[in-house]
Amino acid sequence: MNLDDYRGVWVFIEQNDSKIEGVSLELLGAGRNLADKLQVPLAGFLLGHDVKPLANQVISFGADDVYVIDHPVLKHYRTESFMKGVMLLTQKYKPEIILYGATPNGKDLASAVATDLSTGLTADTTMLDVDVENRLLEASRPAFGGNIMATILCKKHRPQMATVRPKVMKALDPDSSRLGKIIEEKIDLKEEEMRTKVLQIVNDVTKKVNLADAHVIVCGGKGMGDFQNFQLIHELAETIGASVGGTRDVVEAGWLPHEQQVGQTGETVTPKIYFAIGISGAIQHVVGMKNSEFIIAINKDPNAPIFDVATYGIVGDAMEIVPKLIEQFKQLRSEKGGEISYA
Amino acid sequence: MHIVVCVKQVPDTKIIKINPKTNTLDRRSAPAILNPYDAHAVQEAVKIKENTGGTISVLSMGPPQATAVIKKSIEIGADRGFLISDRAFAGADTLATSYALSKALERINKEIHVDMIICGKHAIDGDTGQVGPGIARRMDIPPVTNVIEVSEVNQKEKTVLIKRKLTSGYELIQSEMPCLLTVEKEINDIEYSPMPNMIKAARYEPIIWAVSDLENVDRTQLGLKGSPTIVGKMFTPPRPEGGKRLEGSADEQVGQLMEVLMEKRDLLTMQSSK
Repeated sequence: MNLDDYRGVWVFIEQNDSKIEGVSLELLGAGRNLADKLQVPLAGFLLGHDVKPLANQVISFGADDVYVIDHPVLKHYRTESFMKGVMLLTQKYKPEIILYGATPNGKDLASAVATDLSTGLTADTTMLDVDVENRLLEASRPAFGGNIMATILCKKHRPQMATVRPKVMKALDPDSSRLGKIIEEKIDLKEEEMRTKVLQIVNDVTKKVNLADAHVIVCGGKGMGDFQNFQLIHELAETIGASVGGTRDVVEAGWLPHEQQVGQTGETVTPKIYFAIGISGAIQHVVGMKNSEFIIAINKDPNAPIFDVATYGIVGDAMEIVPKLIEQFKQLRSEKGGEISYA
Repeated sequence: MHIVVCVKQVPDTKIIKINPKTNTLDRRSAPAILNPYDAHAVQEAVKIKENTGGTISVLSMGPPQATAVIKKSIEIGADRGFLISDRAFAGADTLATSYALSKALERINKEIHVDMIICGKHAIDGDTGQVGPGIARRMDIPPVTNVIEVSEVNQKEKTVLIKRKLTSGYELIQSEMPCLLTVEKEINDIEYSPMPNMIKAARYEPIIWAVSDLENVDRTQLGLKGSPTIVGKMFTPPRPEGGKRLEGSADEQVGQLMEVLMEKRDLLTMQSSK
């Protein structure tokens, strides 16, 4: 393999129902930075059916080029059809770096493509950089339960690939005046050759709490005492339009369902604001929330480790503090005569 | 119906301690367990077998003591187990791991045709979720990841109906068999092991294969040699700006917090809906 044959930074543009996933736009921001350092173009690649209109959006978020494969068989994501498309593009254009969102489909696709290309793939990256001299992608990810970061390199194979967690990279402000090139590729796919069929897609509207996507989370721990007191967490969340999370203890006590658990064995969250209330801050919990932008901890115990990761800490009784917070927010809301929303 | 479940022995990260001086994992502090997602994979195979009959084989790669997780799988209800264990496998990343496992699967498939492979969503020590789809590609069978329900197995038509978890909801997929599934925890509850299984597990001796027991193996694709990724460096993650304590009475602290939140306009924007 001649490594110099490979040039350019690519981002997989994941779309569902002709809507681009947020993580893909975030990756265009991160990819722009890498491409500028390496002095190569940044490209997005887009697979689906009737998706060409999305190409301009990809350019406005930072791409120089957009590769598009449009085909009815690609209407819904399937590993077998999408990977054929990605293989066609990567073998023809030979990018040196490919980034995918660490979503169910992004991870699935990247794993299959890495196997067929016999190349390295770093999972769930949270930091990206590039060693310009050696043109090496430095993909860093939490290791050993998140206490340490490992930088993974792929020295002898190309493309270098990584999946990147949603919400850890920043999207650029879209610029609709940006100019770029749209390159369409034809692919030969036959529905009858597909071994899997997507029969139905169900968007779970009842699932109000999608913690991984939440901008604001109010999370309670066993310091709340009992199920009755835990209702304060719900009340604060409702007042400010936040999602509710809980620690493992809280879920095991049956105060919340499993899908609302934050931490190593639950969800990893990266909201803008995270309230940690009655939570001591065991490492397994901290792993799941420490990338939150702004962390507010409320705990009776001044020595609780949660205060080491909190942006602001309040040492005090949640039963006293939380009702006051609720009151303040309610007052603010009535003064403004509207809803509280988050940028 | 022949189901092969791929399982891994992992340190119990719930119990594991971190050495505060070196900031590394104290592996001696953690008991080795069957990867929790893999336990659900075995349980699902048992559930499927209740309806279809057949055989459940378990496959693992690791040091000789990894036979413990095969015995654990027998306890849950698997029929037999294989461990591939050889120094040549050491240091494998996900690409080299899926290669080694696929070579063992080829041998198992030759003895009894494999209809379905089930893996856990990921291992809790590596968290990559790449080995399952990798195996599927190498075996040239369709992968279905993030499975939350196996709704129907049609042995006559050789198809299976699956619910797959998405970011916002789920999708219903029909796949031909053979196929490979990776399962989420919510797919089932781990049931208590019946006494006969426990007795069988205690007496069971897993079959151990070295590289020389597998056919057509390209040794350059194994272990460290066959792994394109390497760990460049390790470092302590930057902590969020932390440690600021608010002071004063409860009212004062709440007041200060509200002020701070209002200042952080980029984080929180109060908007009027009128």
